[in-house]
Amino acid sequence: MTSATLFGLAGAALVGIGLFGMLVRTDPLLRILCFNLLGGGVFLVFGAVARRGAGAGFGGDPVPQAIILTGLVVAFAATALAVALVLRLASAEDKR
Amino acid sequence: MIADLLLVAAMLIVALASMLARQAFTAVALFIAYGLLLTLAWVRLAAVDVAMTEAAIGAGLSGVLLLGAVRRLATQASPPPEQPPGPAMTLLIALGCAALAAALGAVVLLLPNPAPSLAAPVAANLPATDLGNPVTGVLMSFRALDTLLESAVVLLAVVCVWALTPEGGWGGVPGAAQPVQRDGPLALLARALPPLGIVIAMHILWVGADAPGGKFQAAAILAAMWLLPWMAGLVTPPPIAARWLRWTIAIGPVVFIAIGLAGAVIEGAFLAYPPGWAKPLILIIEFILTASIAVALALLVIGTPDTAQRR
Repeated sequence: MTSATLFGLAGAALVGIGLFGMLVRTDPLLRILCFNLLGGGVFLVFGAVARRGAGAGFGGDPVPQAIILTGLVVAFAATALAVALVLRLASAEDKR
Repeated sequence: MIADLLLVAAMLIVALASMLARQAFTAVALFIAYGLLLTLAWVRLAAVDVAMTEAAIGAGLSGVLLLGAVRRLATQASPPPEQPPGPAMTLLIALGCAALAAALGAVVLLLPNPAPSLAAPVAANLPATDLGNPVTGVLMSFRALDTLLESAVVLLAVVCVWALTPEGGWGGVPGAAQPVQRDGPLALLARALPPLGIVIAMHILWVGADAPGGKFQAAAILAAMWLLPWMAGLVTPPPIAARWLRWTIAIGPVVFIAIGLAGAVIEGAFLAYPPGWAKPLILIIEFILTASIAVALALLVIGTPDTAQRR
């Protein structure tokens, strides 16, 4: 087994762990956290695909690598919005 | 290989512990550790550009964001907790998630051999951009539309976070007021680190054309250099009504779109660069986008304006 396959399998396991957490945890903040665990797994599977595509003097296929980079930033933006929604919900509850 | 096995084992254990942690603070602390282990995994996968982004955004900024939220929620009455699923349901969910992970794992094992790759076309076309870093070439030239949309997503996220402002707080200072730290590590770091961090960020931005690095990594470091003095209570963010602030976060995507439209007029395709002009245009977009994204990322961590602190 190559190390790319190993990290790909780890990514698959992380998707399972993250999804389980999202469905079982009840604290909204922990759900957001588990969503990020899941996201890390998806990126890692894609990273394994990029590593397998190494060639032409590059250590990995640069196209999936660039898409992962884009995905990381978008995942952060989504996380920030979700956290802002949770905080707003809590402050609305606080006033009641 | 043994190092990879240890890394994967550590990553899975930390992820499991973070997912199962009782305290939110523990979960976030473990999540930051998970991000750093993932960074090492990216280095092992020869994706150094991704590793830098993961460390700066995945572990760093996300960690600060979640820790800040944990602290704020601790002082507020949280909504009544939902009922967690019962034991039978939990087992069913666990089985479903395990099945999904197994299916994904099977897909990983059954990936075609030899692997399809765009590395060769990228290598063949990279000289036309005068860039040395293939990832920057993909981000700024071959898949520039993705990068443009992404910068728009970050801007949109800031707009959405601001849109959650409670009544009476619109136009005010974003985020919760931070207590002033006169002593301790945070106060020291907030004073000592920014000059160094800004230099490192500019270096990472500049070498990004030819070596791992680029605007997202540089922007995340710059954002952190603003967030440090903010967390130490040394600086107050500008009110969200400030025109210059709004222009700063919008100018990056605006310039990107303008250069893209110029390409449509001159070269006949949106985001096409005229021959010989690719590198200067890419550098202009990268520098302006860095400023916009840095401020936007920091604003995303700082959060929604509060009614408590008006202008």
